[in-house]
Amino acid sequence: MSTATMTDRDLARKSIEYRRDAVRAIMHAGAGHTGGSLSCIDILNVLYNRVLRITPENWRDPVRDRYVQSKGHSVEALYVVLADKGFFPKESLDTLCRYRSPFIGHPTRKVPGIEMNTGGLGHGLPICVGMALAAKRDGHDVRVVTLLGDGELAEGSNWEGAMAAAHHRLDNLTAIVDHNSLQITGPTRDVCSNEPLDAKFAAFGWQVRRVDGHDLAALEQAIVHPGPAGVPVCVIADTVKGRGVSFMENVLKWHHGVPSVDEFSRAEAEFEQQLAAWEAGA
Amino acid sequence: MSAPAPSMFSPAARAAADRLGLTMGRANLEAFADTLVELARSDRRIMAVTSDSRGSGKLGSFGQALPEQIVEVGIAEQNLVGIAAGLAAVGKKPFATSPACFLAARALEQVKNDVCYSDVPAVLVGISAGVSYGALGSTHHSLHDFAALRAIHNITIVAPADNAETRAAVRLAAAASKPVYLRFGKAAMFDLPGGNESPFALGRARRLREGRDAAILATGETVVHALLAAEHLATQGIACRVESVHTVKPLDVEAVLAAGRDCGAVLTVEEHSVHGGLGEACAAVLLQAGVHVPFAIAGLPDADTVTGSQSDIFQHYGITMEGLANRITSLLAISR
Repeated sequence: MSTATMTDRDLARKSIEYRRDAVRAIMHAGAGHTGGSLSCIDILNVLYNRVLRITPENWRDPVRDRYVQSKGHSVEALYVVLADKGFFPKESLDTLCRYRSPFIGHPTRKVPGIEMNTGGLGHGLPICVGMALAAKRDGHDVRVVTLLGDGELAEGSNWEGAMAAAHHRLDNLTAIVDHNSLQITGPTRDVCSNEPLDAKFAAFGWQVRRVDGHDLAALEQAIVHPGPAGVPVCVIADTVKGRGVSFMENVLKWHHGVPSVDEFSRAEAEFEQQLAAWEAGA
Repeated sequence: MSAPAPSMFSPAARAAADRLGLTMGRANLEAFADTLVELARSDRRIMAVTSDSRGSGKLGSFGQALPEQIVEVGIAEQNLVGIAAGLAAVGKKPFATSPACFLAARALEQVKNDVCYSDVPAVLVGISAGVSYGALGSTHHSLHDFAALRAIHNITIVAPADNAETRAAVRLAAAASKPVYLRFGKAAMFDLPGGNESPFALGRARRLREGRDAAILATGETVVHALLAAEHLATQGIACRVESVHTVKPLDVEAVLAAGRDCGAVLTVEEHSVHGGLGEACAAVLLQAGVHVPFAIAGLPDADTVTGSQSDIFQHYGITMEGLANRITSLLAISR
């Protein structure tokens, strides 16, 4: 499955760099969804560097893996990962949210590497059901992955998709929940609880794998294997909104808070410390 | 006639149909289903996607003939359109088929985002449209679909008038690289003249009858009534042009302007709310081009829609030969 040659140690460094680049892009743009981008960066790191066969080279191959980011607002995380994979130059992100830039605040197909235009919540899973169905009908060995937010799961269309995925036995489909437990109004359990989430997906006929969403090895273990025959997989990744920047972690305002220059300097200093620790082999 | 004329045709209307040599065809829905299965046999990309709607969509034989090319999603229209978008994004040619009332309302965000904004070549098939389900009430009427979809960028909206237009529209939709919405009723339709002479192209109205006293621009299953009204008015010495404006968007601007410039009055007809449909689209074209002509929109008023059969409702709102002829007469009275 994996085509990566990157070591686990190098993979860990990627997460730090991705976080730094995402926060920098948001500061520069003056807009973005900081908290949710930071919570899902380890997931995207593992997906693009360890699991998905999606590269600039195979991007036009109809038989490639597919990734649809249902929580489209965390697009900054996706942009930095796609830039790192070579889909476009990193400097492109200097245009984030600028007039007529294709790098807008939600994913669109105008950006190389992005499969579908998302941003309205509750859309990614049904789309991926269609993609996974097509691969099944054609007998293609293709993995289809979507990333959902836990707040997003209040949208009923997710559960229509969940039901159809199990009914159509889509073991090539994996839905990852970035379970950061916070949404714009407050803790998801207080806004409209979706617990017990494991039991809900299990009851819909999915195999549920629960994992620390910031443990790269555990994430890879949870995502890399498709489901048992005929069973789609839901990976519930327990994450921290704002992960990696001490003053952003679990703080509501960073849902779409934009760091000031000063706040970015403080965040950058934390990333430098994390990189130094990485250099020291910690 | 091979089938009894529906009761929405009065004896005088039936006589007019006979004078025109019109023969009764089948429901456009049936012509759609037959054409789709025929196309899908040779184009394996084509898939029928249904939301417990294969029976009402006449797709039962499609499912039997091509089980690998039909996808059932259950009663879940959002999922229907989302899945169709996913299929289309990876190279399939899905025809997502569901009653128009649900497809253009419940699934509207999926139509807007997953299909139109993402620009995938899905075909959305709104069946039993307008007041086809007349007695079932407003939950099952679709008098908003033109209006809702016209305001969304990147979708072609087509309401064929008869079986020949339906077959042509389905073929063009299957070949389209952009989103298409097809709208069908479930009543048997008269076969209209001109099917062979006037080639069917999306975005090009088909002129079914020449005339300059007035023009009737009609769409979908109201076109036959427009044609009969023209025939009826001819007996009073009034010559009406009749255009089948099967494509509501993109509108055939040239045909609309020509109607306004050439003719003494323009009447639009649709099985849709008078708000936001063909009529207002034509009015905007005419006004913005500075073409001032006596003009009226025949459709369903902004009111609690009466219930009953489709015929009952058409008669109630004057979407009949007699009703439309009266509208033309009134318009011509203004112009004098």
